[in-house]
Amino acid sequence: MSSQVDRAGIKLGMWLFLYSEIILFGGLFVLYAAYLHRYPEFFAEGGKELNRVIGAVNTIVLLISSFTVAASITAIQRNAKKQAVGLLLFSLFCGVVFLVNKYFEWGAKIHHDIYPNSETLVAGEPGVNIFFGLYYVITGLHGLHVIIGMALLSVSLIFVLNGKVTASRFSMLDNSGLYWHLVDLIWIFVFPLFYLVL
Amino acid sequence: MENQDKQHVLSFTQLGMVLAILLVLTGVTVGVSYIDMGFFNIPIALAIACTKVTFVLLFFMHLKYEGRVINISFISTVLVLVILIGFTFWDVAYR
Repeated sequence: MSSQVDRAGIKLGMWLFLYSEIILFGGLFVLYAAYLHRYPEFFAEGGKELNRVIGAVNTIVLLISSFTVAASITAIQRNAKKQAVGLLLFSLFCGVVFLVNKYFEWGAKIHHDIYPNSETLVAGEPGVNIFFGLYYVITGLHGLHVIIGMALLSVSLIFVLNGKVTASRFSMLDNSGLYWHLVDLIWIFVFPLFYLVL
Repeated sequence: MENQDKQHVLSFTQLGMVLAILLVLTGVTVGVSYIDMGFFNIPIALAIACTKVTFVLLFFMHLKYEGRVINISFISTVLVLVILIGFTFWDVAYR
């Protein structure tokens, strides 16, 4: 390893990718804003159907996992490998909890005949249909990001165990962490907009 | 080797405090959502969400300790987002 590691370049590259993700979700939030303006009462009606408790629990789970990922980077910078491994395992566990909650949440909705192109939605008010359409697209895309984030964190975990991620070279973990925080950022907006609309 | 940029290390206590603030703000959003303020519910929920996001960005994502390139490019992205959402909404609302 004679070549120098361009840490600033690696980080800028990751941020450029994150900007594209921000704009991707931004586009979906434009749709949300426009349709909220058109059907405010139906968005409120749809929002009441969603389970606030599961939404709040998932928010807390993601916030805690973001903290543990950030803490694992501190641990690796201090050469505390075991601590970093523990914190990453806990973060992955949080990711699993989030997805399990999501599974039950979607499952209950689908059981009540609320899913894209379901009879209840197609025959019902277009506002409610659009609310749930956006709900499935945005939370679905977000869930996909959770899965990708968990994959990245798992790879980082393996690299920490192998000694490929160390105190002097931890860009893989750092960038996976950035991705994970982005997932958290998006959820911070999804939670009030979908679960807490009146 | 370590000459180019010294890494800023955030302590567990600092990170823990950020987490505590984020959890309190989550509680506030949930609490506020039970009060019917009509139109103002959404701007308030968004303001709290923006505050939370700022904490995540500054500390968890280390934005506070990054160089100019990342800071300026990030702010530009937010501006693009504001134009994208703001102008579209404006058009739809006042058509």
